[in-house]
Amino acid sequence: MERVKFQIDNKDCEALYGQMLVDAARDNGVYIPTLCNMQDVKPCGSCRVCTVKVNGRYATACTTPVACGMEIESDTEEIHEIRKALIELIFAEGNHYCPTCEMSGNCELQALGYRFGMMVSRFPYQFPQREINTDCQHLIIDYNRCIRCKRCIRTIKDKKGKSYFAFINRGDKLEVTMDKEMAKTMPLKVAELAMENCPVGAILLKETAYRVPIGERRFDKKCIGSEIEETDVKVFMGELNNE
Amino acid sequence: MSALIQNILIKVGQKKDRLLDILLSVQEAESFVSDENIKIIAGSLQLSEIDVRQCMSFYHFFSTKPSRHRIFLNDSVMANLMGGQKVKEAFEKVLNCKQGEINADGIGFYTTACIGMSDQEPAAMIDGVIFPSLTPERVRFVVEGINQGKSLSDLYYLPLGDGRNGGAALNTMVNSNIRKTGLLLDDYYKSGSALTIAIEKSELEVIGIVKTSGLRGRGGAGFPTGMKWEFCRSSEGAEKYIICNADEGEPGTFKDRVILTEKIEMLLEGMTIAAYAIGAREGIIYLRHEYQYMRQHIENALAVARTKKMLGNNILGKDGFDFDIRIQFGAGAYVCGEESSLIESMEGKRGEPRFKPPFPVQKGYHNKPTSVNNVETFCKVCRIIERGGEWYRRYGTKQSVGTKLLSISGDCPRPGVYEIEWGMTLYQMLEMVGATNTQAIQVGGPSGSLIGKTGFDRKICYSDISTGGSMMIFDQSRDLIKDVVLNFLEFFIDESCGSCLSCRACTQQIRNKLEKMIHGKGVSTDIEDLKKWAKFTLVSRCGLGQSAANPISTSIANFPHLYQAMVQKEKDYDTCFDLASAVADSCKVVNRVPNF
Repeated sequence: MERVKFQIDNKDCEALYGQMLVDAARDNGVYIPTLCNMQDVKPCGSCRVCTVKVNGRYATACTTPVACGMEIESDTEEIHEIRKALIELIFAEGNHYCPTCEMSGNCELQALGYRFGMMVSRFPYQFPQREINTDCQHLIIDYNRCIRCKRCIRTIKDKKGKSYFAFINRGDKLEVTMDKEMAKTMPLKVAELAMENCPVGAILLKETAYRVPIGERRFDKKCIGSEIEETDVKVFMGELNNE
Repeated sequence: MSALIQNILIKVGQKKDRLLDILLSVQEAESFVSDENIKIIAGSLQLSEIDVRQCMSFYHFFSTKPSRHRIFLNDSVMANLMGGQKVKEAFEKVLNCKQGEINADGIGFYTTACIGMSDQEPAAMIDGVIFPSLTPERVRFVVEGINQGKSLSDLYYLPLGDGRNGGAALNTMVNSNIRKTGLLLDDYYKSGSALTIAIEKSELEVIGIVKTSGLRGRGGAGFPTGMKWEFCRSSEGAEKYIICNADEGEPGTFKDRVILTEKIEMLLEGMTIAAYAIGAREGIIYLRHEYQYMRQHIENALAVARTKKMLGNNILGKDGFDFDIRIQFGAGAYVCGEESSLIESMEGKRGEPRFKPPFPVQKGYHNKPTSVNNVETFCKVCRIIERGGEWYRRYGTKQSVGTKLLSISGDCPRPGVYEIEWGMTLYQMLEMVGATNTQAIQVGGPSGSLIGKTGFDRKICYSDISTGGSMMIFDQSRDLIKDVVLNFLEFFIDESCGSCLSCRACTQQIRNKLEKMIHGKGVSTDIEDLKKWAKFTLVSRCGLGQSAANPISTSIANFPHLYQAMVQKEKDYDTCFDLASAVADSCKVVNRVPNF
């Protein structure tokens, strides 16, 4: 495979031609924040959190294949501001109450909020009326927390490749729904995967909760993205703790 | 399986990628798609039910409830400007139901975005038939007639339209309103002449001529046509497609409607030339659902072209040049005007834009190289092939070559289609249409710019103010914020595919803030916020998302005083919290009366 050279924030990088930018960056020790993206799953570019500037133009790092000589801006004030605003938009769009959420500490949205130093959303909270669905024998779907990242739609399928989840409607009425018939027969293993793949606390297993104790959760001690970065970044969480 | 579905599957094909056609056929036969049918369709296509529903719910014109008739009233800016609100009230009164409901007689009443009739608003579609220039009296007349069981064509309150609208195939009250003709709309076009010339040349020569002409896409984006064809031709793959984008959904534009009506032969010929140039055997016209009244008219033209050997095998005697065209109807989604969404939609999916690269010319319809061009572009090609690329360059400006069809509507005495040379100023345009006392022009539809007096000396061309053709004129009596900007924002919120957070959520926040300001609660920081927030939509995937905040950013830039006027003096902070109403709300829940 052909290797190409490119730059992220003036840092010389190398990657396989055609590799997606997020992956290429990761291989070079550069963390580009993502939310809807999952490693080894076809990207969908819906959350826009991985927005970077490629040769001066906005693009999402999860959907842009790397090419020779690309100049990427990622860790800049402008991009940081956009990403932070996007995270705040998500918080304002749904009903995200971290203190009572089972996924607190394991939630990628919450972790990004911390990473970007978000204190409160600049956008007025919308407090939408959303339902909690328990049709599936193994799952509770709390639509209050759904961020429409499409992870469940893309990854949770039956043996024939049929989707359990799908988008319904469009625009401001866009929702994720579950196939009623298929929900009834969803195997436990698939349900577990659905919960695991959800970046927030929208898909939860029934009859079990809060399994990971505080202190051992994914983001209790480390900032999201820190596993990728060579050196410690400015960890906003630390700054907050000092206050 | 029901006989109905079985027949449809035989006719359309039992394939996932024809889901849209299957659903449209069911709906046409039964007025809706029942749960039962959704189940059957899903089963026969190896899809889950939710797969079918996710496609259906993306499009505006599908219904899951039965009705005897369906009325879709346009609620675009132009419709409202021309008295749409009164017409809507009249409908609600005579039907005795609200918008979005089906009344006791089984008549469904809905509003819809611009239906391409901005020059004869308010207009409605009733079972696909266009009823233009509505008034409350006409609404009563039509609904009473429907209730008496009369056929829709017996309820025409205007003479049949001009040009070919009055012919048997169209038989509509719609007028073409061609006000100024140029090299496309002039009468001297002779069917077949361009194609005869084209097939005597090599494919590369044809592309060369189009490149020489400097022709750029007429849908709005302005990509050089010759280059697009060249890319498509040189992309790997034996199978290639030509698609005509006739999804004309940008509010305020209707010039493609007029071309489809008056110059359909020219369009088919242009598509055939394109097919010859890139090596395609199949062409598809993606026609917006609103234009279904033209189906017979277009089918007739296709049939005539086939008998004249301008479509089919060995076209005009050229050995091995096989090409045919079919119509693919959309089902109501503005975003499908974006070429990759259009292709997704053609494959029976939700019309969500694709990522680029790869571009459609590399991997388009069925992942095969595909050239998507606008209706007007194909017609221009005919002229260019006939008269030569150099000849075409004599029109317009150096950078923006040739002519452009404008759809002009709003506050002017002569709305309609004008074919102008690029380079005309907005002043000249206003003079041409007889507009006086003009406050603003929306150039290029909601995704374009709101231009005020200081910008009227700007030129209509790619390098200054580019447009896909929509020109809406507003005089001094109009409330630009409430009647125009807010409507456009609502339009984008409704038409967003919803996939990108930036387009879905940020536009709602902007709309909410603007509404707050309109209600007199604005503070000075709101204007700055709107400016900043508008920029966040720029990171969206497609053109819709990227331009969704244009109504806000261009109106703030060009009409700052209107925003200043909505701001409460000496107030720069706003809690957005209304204590009194919050107390009232909570008191209601616990059944108490507020004590202040």
